[in-house]
Amino acid sequence: MKMKCSQVLMECLLEQGVDTVFGYPGGTILNIYDEFELHGYKDKIRHILTAHEQGASHAADGYARSTGKVGVCFATSGPGATNLTTGIATAYYDSSPVVFITCNVSENLIGKDSFQEVDITGISMPITKWQCLVRDPDQLADVIREAFAIARSGRPGPVLIDIVKNVTAAEVDFEPLPLSEHASHGRLGAMLRRASHDLKTPEPDHDDIDKLLDMIEKAKKPLVLVGGGVIRSRGAVPEFRKFFERLNAPVTSTIMGGGACPGNHPLFTGMIGMHGSHASNLAATQCDLLIAIGCRFSDRVALSPKHFAEKAKIVHIDIDRAEIDKNVKTDHHIIGDARRVLELLNEKLPAHDYPEWKEWVFSHKELDLPSVPGKLSPHEVLETITRLTQGDAIIATDVGQHQMWAAQYYHFSRPGQLITSGGFGTMGFGLGAAMGAKVGNPDKVVVHCTGDGSFRMNCNEMATEEHYNIPVITVIFNNQTLGMVRQWQNLIYGKRFSQTDLDRGPDFVKLADAYGIEGTRVSTQPEFEAALARAIESGRPYLIECAIDKDAMVHPMVPGGAKTDDFLLD
Amino acid sequence: MNTMKEVSRHTLSVLVENAAGVLSQVSRLFSRKGYNIESLAVGTTDDPEVSRITIEVLADEGSTEQIMNQLRKLFPVYSVQELLPDRSIRRELVLYKVKAEEPDIRNEIIQIANIFRASIIDVSLKSLTLALIGDETKADAMQKLLESFGILELVRTGMVALERGAYTIGDETKEKTEFNLGKNVM
Repeated sequence: MKMKCSQVLMECLLEQGVDTVFGYPGGTILNIYDEFELHGYKDKIRHILTAHEQGASHAADGYARSTGKVGVCFATSGPGATNLTTGIATAYYDSSPVVFITCNVSENLIGKDSFQEVDITGISMPITKWQCLVRDPDQLADVIREAFAIARSGRPGPVLIDIVKNVTAAEVDFEPLPLSEHASHGRLGAMLRRASHDLKTPEPDHDDIDKLLDMIEKAKKPLVLVGGGVIRSRGAVPEFRKFFERLNAPVTSTIMGGGACPGNHPLFTGMIGMHGSHASNLAATQCDLLIAIGCRFSDRVALSPKHFAEKAKIVHIDIDRAEIDKNVKTDHHIIGDARRVLELLNEKLPAHDYPEWKEWVFSHKELDLPSVPGKLSPHEVLETITRLTQGDAIIATDVGQHQMWAAQYYHFSRPGQLITSGGFGTMGFGLGAAMGAKVGNPDKVVVHCTGDGSFRMNCNEMATEEHYNIPVITVIFNNQTLGMVRQWQNLIYGKRFSQTDLDRGPDFVKLADAYGIEGTRVSTQPEFEAALARAIESGRPYLIECAIDKDAMVHPMVPGGAKTDDFLLD
Repeated sequence: MNTMKEVSRHTLSVLVENAAGVLSQVSRLFSRKGYNIESLAVGTTDDPEVSRITIEVLADEGSTEQIMNQLRKLFPVYSVQELLPDRSIRRELVLYKVKAEEPDIRNEIIQIANIFRASIIDVSLKSLTLALIGDETKADAMQKLLESFGILELVRTGMVALERGAYTIGDETKEKTEFNLGKNVM
């Protein structure tokens, strides 16, 4: 079938089952945008026009994280493309599958510093799993198919496709291709054949599985550490639950692993690392076997790699061989998809119990946080959210203290429930991501937890949530300061609060009103509860501004580089 | 974390897709770690669609391992191998343009060239150009001797290397199989 490449792109998106695209048009991507009207693709693919390309990038990311599908984002050349970069990096650091499609200037203008020309494939090289500049119309269909195959394969991640404008206008023959053949044609197919890769997930080494089972038999104080890999691996969570319940040992989690083990499970010790619980961090220092699944021992988890779990044999289960021994030296590793590895372990693992070890681990209780009169305490806010949403809401966060509070106090019970920028730590991620999550999960309550600093970064997306009526409930933890930085200044920088005071506008409730969104300011728990109930009831975007004490802190805290039991804040 | 922080010379051999942008993807991983590539040679192999890149870098063992791991994850990278000095042969081609304005000087340079089994590939009334094949010790020794005559220009191709014996870069190892997953599709 003869058609223009702009239409080929749309057909390729339909082939992948794409029903939503987040984006922003511009000069070079006009041919593609024209297809929504010209051939009526707007009836098959919903395009959400954001206020800024960065918002679109986070929305596509939030959509991908919350649905497990590949997110899609469009932007034009030059500044449109560079505005995506923070969003691309955010997706890359948290292994989120997003296909970014940008257009570049026409072939005859490439390399001439033309208007809105930028080498986005070069710029995105370190922050994508794969990137490709399409200059040959005949390659477009294969490249799009490869992009999706790569984004969702193995360890997922973002892919960027840059198409020169004249290609989008060129006519080619388009033939539909069944999904199963998508990575066997074109350049990727050739590369995979050359490297003698095949398309099926290779089986984990059974000897490696047996060795871990042996190590478990010898262990007296095992600890399971779960990361985002178990969330990303399709169908891994039920296998994971079977595994740790049969092992009957304490389970801790990285922030990205939130939801792999239900937050209220009796074996769950809470988050590990810089703001991890006492139980988790002390268990890590005392365990004799650490089974880490789908995590990468980042510097926020293994604060001091040399001393991390130093009494333990460390076993690392991961899909990415390059993660083995990268940050922490391990004693054994199993390479494979988390679901398959856990399945194999579950086939042979007998039931265990470690009563004394568990008793010791769970004897470490968290301290109650102080409450300040006239201010809301962060855990009260999150406990109220948990109660009113029956623990079923999707929580999207920005970055800072509110992010840690959300991770600590909301009890996540399923994958894709916590949408947060764990690896890259992108302030301004939350609102876009929350919108993406809501679009992908219209039947779930989506709460966007944010701080006054983070929210101001990309609050322009209120225009988008209002226009499309994407009912995200934004809860601002307003402490009039960059709380996390202030916490460090409080503890480490002699209370010199350099450039962290946010004692300035805007009035968030009035700002929301200007965008056509209802908002309330609250400073007590009953007020917050009433506002949240109204927000959930309204079915409209809603903003709740909570007054938080300026010096409220995230407890506990282990400073960077310290041993895991070296609490700065108890 | 690998505790060996001693910096030493590592020779890496990388088979890649012969396509635009692949070389910069490969070299980026070295600059990201803050290592300067000492020498880099690239050319097609017996298969015109495959290029072989030989990279020499001064780095510690742990970082080299990590760079190799990151390389293996790139789709256009087919194989990565570290060529250990005692198990591989390394050669580079060096061209020296030396000042030679008098006949006896010219003769002296030709004698040195003969000792090193270098060949004279260009001659003018004022200069001689020599081509030498060898490893860096041979090239450096020759350079030291020629310096006294005045080196006008010097160029090196960069080291190329192969493993000794019948082993090839394509041989399957467990590690290679494990990396299939990193690139795995669907």
